[in-house]
Amino acid sequence: MSNSESDVLTIGSHTFRSRLIVGSGKYKDFPTTRNATEASEAEMITVAVRRVNITDAGKENLLDFIDSERYTILPNTAGCFNAEDAVRTLRLAREAGGWNLVKLEVLGDTETLYPNVVETIKAAQTLVSDGFEVMVYTNDDPIVATKLEEIGCVAVMPLGNPIGSGRGLANQFNIHVIKQRAKVPIVVDAGIGTASDAAKAMELGADACLINTAIAEAVDPLLMARAMRDAVRAGRQAYLAGRMPKRAFASASSPTDGYFWN
Amino acid sequence: MKIQLNGENRVVAATTLAQLVQELGLETRTIAIEYNLEVAAKSGWSAHQIREGDRIEVVHMIGGG
Repeated sequence: MSNSESDVLTIGSHTFRSRLIVGSGKYKDFPTTRNATEASEAEMITVAVRRVNITDAGKENLLDFIDSERYTILPNTAGCFNAEDAVRTLRLAREAGGWNLVKLEVLGDTETLYPNVVETIKAAQTLVSDGFEVMVYTNDDPIVATKLEEIGCVAVMPLGNPIGSGRGLANQFNIHVIKQRAKVPIVVDAGIGTASDAAKAMELGADACLINTAIAEAVDPLLMARAMRDAVRAGRQAYLAGRMPKRAFASASSPTDGYFWN
Repeated sequence: MKIQLNGENRVVAATTLAQLVQELGLETRTIAIEYNLEVAAKSGWSAHQIREGDRIEVVHMIGGG
């Protein structure tokens, strides 16, 4: 049977049984956010940091629906386009909730939402010195991935394709290379669109997938959350099982002697 | 006292950060305060005085990827 008991995911000082990490954005309402998160069986959920609406302070908010005792809250730096803003954001998030395990994302432009690796590296250096356990969003460049690991990030998170594009894995070979060279967990983050993308990422050896839009924007988010949960598991098991080789020619599955015809 | 709160000019009665949190009705929320570009430690909010013209950001966690 599946050895999911022993196949724990260790990120920094944290351990998880689930290899699916989810985001909390783009849902139509808070109950859907909560229900889909539960259906995904994820144990970690990313959140963004924004100004409180002063005139509407009594309005319900995300943490009324997502239990921060039940889930590991992963503050992110969504919306930050330079290192300084990202560092400010995570320092505030840590003060708000004591969260030391964080997601660093520093973006380069609003059209592609591609990571600005120069600013990402700067921010990572500051945050690691500041004692944060940094899970860092990056592109699929193996050189950058190694650099971020050397800086001391506890996980490296290469994109599959741009955030919210749902186009799957643009460069499977690079994900494979990044994983081969990495000593820290590799989480495919961004671009996963449907179950097969998540399974593929795990088959390539990814340690986890981070999925938001694919679930939130599915026609049936709860059902997609379950599909992603199963896809991540299936892909992980296939990876651990060690796949058969691909062959140029056929290889018969039944014996080629003992025929009673001819 | 006139301060800049979350990007807008505002007159508040509070003289400390803790009083400000209460004045805004945010006591039970998971929030953080940035005071003139520095993180204001929660443990110090009751002692932390507010001055005229201070730039204060009050932030919380919302849905995002």
